[in-house]
Amino acid sequence: MSNLKRVHGYLAEFDNAQDLYHAAEHIRDAGYQRWDCHTPFPVHGLDGAMGVSRSKLPWLVFFGGMTGTITAFVLQTITQTNFWRDNMGMGFLQKLVETYPTVVQSKPTGIWTLPAFFPVMFELTILFSAFTVLFGLLALIGLPRLNHPLFTSKKFAKFSDDGFLICIEARDPKFAQQGTRDLLEKVGAKNIELVEDDI
Amino acid sequence: MAAATDTASNANAQQLVLEREPLVLNNRSFSWITNRICGIVENRQPLGWWFLFLPSVLLTGVMVFCFAYLIVTGVGVWGQKQPVDWAWDITNFVFWIGIGHAGTLISAILFLTRQKWRTSVNRAAEAMTIFAVMCAGLFPAFHVGRVWMVWFLAPIPNANAIWQNFKSPLLWDVFAVSTYFTVSLIFWFLGLVPDLATLRDRCKPGIRKALYGIFSLGWRGSNRHWSHYETAYMLLAALSTPLVLSVHSVVSFDFATSVVPGWHATIFPPYFVAGAIFGGFAMVLTLMIPVRKIYGLQDLITMKHIDNMAKIILLTGTIVGYAYCMEFFMAYYGANPFELQTFKLRALHGPSVWYYYAMFFCNVFAPQVFWFKRFRQSLLAVFIVSNFVNAGMWYERYVIIVTTLERHLTPGSWRTFDATWVDNWTFIGTFGFFMMLFLLFLRFLPVIAIGEVKGVKPEADPHYGESHDRGLQEAEVMGETDSEILASQKAAPAH
Repeated sequence: MSNLKRVHGYLAEFDNAQDLYHAAEHIRDAGYQRWDCHTPFPVHGLDGAMGVSRSKLPWLVFFGGMTGTITAFVLQTITQTNFWRDNMGMGFLQKLVETYPTVVQSKPTGIWTLPAFFPVMFELTILFSAFTVLFGLLALIGLPRLNHPLFTSKKFAKFSDDGFLICIEARDPKFAQQGTRDLLEKVGAKNIELVEDDI
Repeated sequence: MAAATDTASNANAQQLVLEREPLVLNNRSFSWITNRICGIVENRQPLGWWFLFLPSVLLTGVMVFCFAYLIVTGVGVWGQKQPVDWAWDITNFVFWIGIGHAGTLISAILFLTRQKWRTSVNRAAEAMTIFAVMCAGLFPAFHVGRVWMVWFLAPIPNANAIWQNFKSPLLWDVFAVSTYFTVSLIFWFLGLVPDLATLRDRCKPGIRKALYGIFSLGWRGSNRHWSHYETAYMLLAALSTPLVLSVHSVVSFDFATSVVPGWHATIFPPYFVAGAIFGGFAMVLTLMIPVRKIYGLQDLITMKHIDNMAKIILLTGTIVGYAYCMEFFMAYYGANPFELQTFKLRALHGPSVWYYYAMFFCNVFAPQVFWFKRFRQSLLAVFIVSNFVNAGMWYERYVIIVTTLERHLTPGSWRTFDATWVDNWTFIGTFGFFMMLFLLFLRFLPVIAIGEVKGVKPEADPHYGESHDRGLQEAEVMGETDSEILASQKAAPAH
């Protein structure tokens, strides 16, 4: 392990959500891209103040949910009806899963027994959607991860209590050791710290 | 009159608006909230915790013993015999599943309707949902008799390539309950992530910190993450809302799609859902009234919260009462002699009429005291009524299931149900199991959603304390002159 350190960025503290909000507006207007606010709870409207666009997660979930609906439809129609053989000319599908359509209560074996399949189609839609929410979210935010350079800062732990922090990362093209610090001071930051990470 | 209001000054108009009761009393700071809730996990548990925990573990042992006894002996150790094939097992299943519904209602439906008071109770209620569904799942799993064959419920063909009957409400139930459990778990876990990060950040390095660290996924409270997170939370709430309504509807289909008089009723789905929410809120109150007292959470779970939940109990209890009456009316008005006879036996001269009256008293009459504020404000009254409701909801399921089957269509096969000691102790044991899980939850996880409670404090609003004219500090930073500020104030529309 070398003694070399890499600058991660500036971590600055604010007294409350209001100061953080206004500071975020200025940092956004100053044209920074790679920076973030760290707060104990989601501050409403901060997305706009930071210039963060809406999450794409609902789109992922829509397709995840549709996958669930189709899965349930196919599962039930293949195993319970002759729909794929008689109407779609795909009898091999039924052979593939070796099914004998269960005839109970003299319900039809065609597509017209479909309403009986709605509950399972509904449940699998919800189930697949919920899994897409969880894993889609993790993919979008890049978690879980075991460590992060910000955890080297003692002050950073305050974010989960009552700290309102802004971190401007060094990899931002506009980042300058002095200029960024000046901006943070100007927008009312307290305890500005240069966070360095072991290489 | 309207003109007079228009011309009234702003100051007068503001006086007419009543102050909203704060959700966090005594103006507690953000760090007070963190310390108080994390303190429950970090400090030694009060003696009362151990007094509850040890009997709960013991009862869990009793439950395990009863199930083991059932496995080695056979399902006949329970009291059901022809024609009462469903008895306490399904009663308990429906009872526990119903309890779970309040958790999802609080976490999902009240979230979508922007009821901010939910934040103090949603975590515990969701935990309760998950534990209740776990208790519920045990009963049908063991009722199949040969519990090692329970995988037949899963959509996998058996050795003869025969698939499950997807047209059966019982299989719908398998899908509904397992989806409900999974989605509730995801919802609960996602809500826990930021709070686990709080616990992680307060821990000394060690095994606890490592575990909280892993389960908090490396959460950094980043706003770019919060943005996706809030969308995800909203989506889960929107998914759980129809889900929770569907689960108890599907449970009710187990009965309603049959042709048994007393079960074959179209009112069942809404009636079951209202009953589930009703019973679930009673259980939330039963748990949270002692918890807020023992752990000193009165500033977070305020009388306002108790009051709101009592009102929901009153509403849903009255809906349930309407359903009881409407069922009776339909039995009379439907001109089906079998249906009418079933209800006569249920409430007038059957072998289990007292169950019916206990149900009616506990569920319909007892909650009516909540029309009066002094009862909603009395913790003792709320606690007592909640326990009436807990009992009443069990009686309701017993009445629907057992009293119907006891007097089936053929009088020759009539038989009165008698519960065995295994029935009794299995059910009591699940209470121990439920309490044990809930007490472990209190011990290791934050009982109140720390981040969410902070978020409903007025200071959490980024425009808190700002008057309608633009903040001076901001203007100074922007280098605006006084005249520019004045101009912008003039340009701003009057409120």
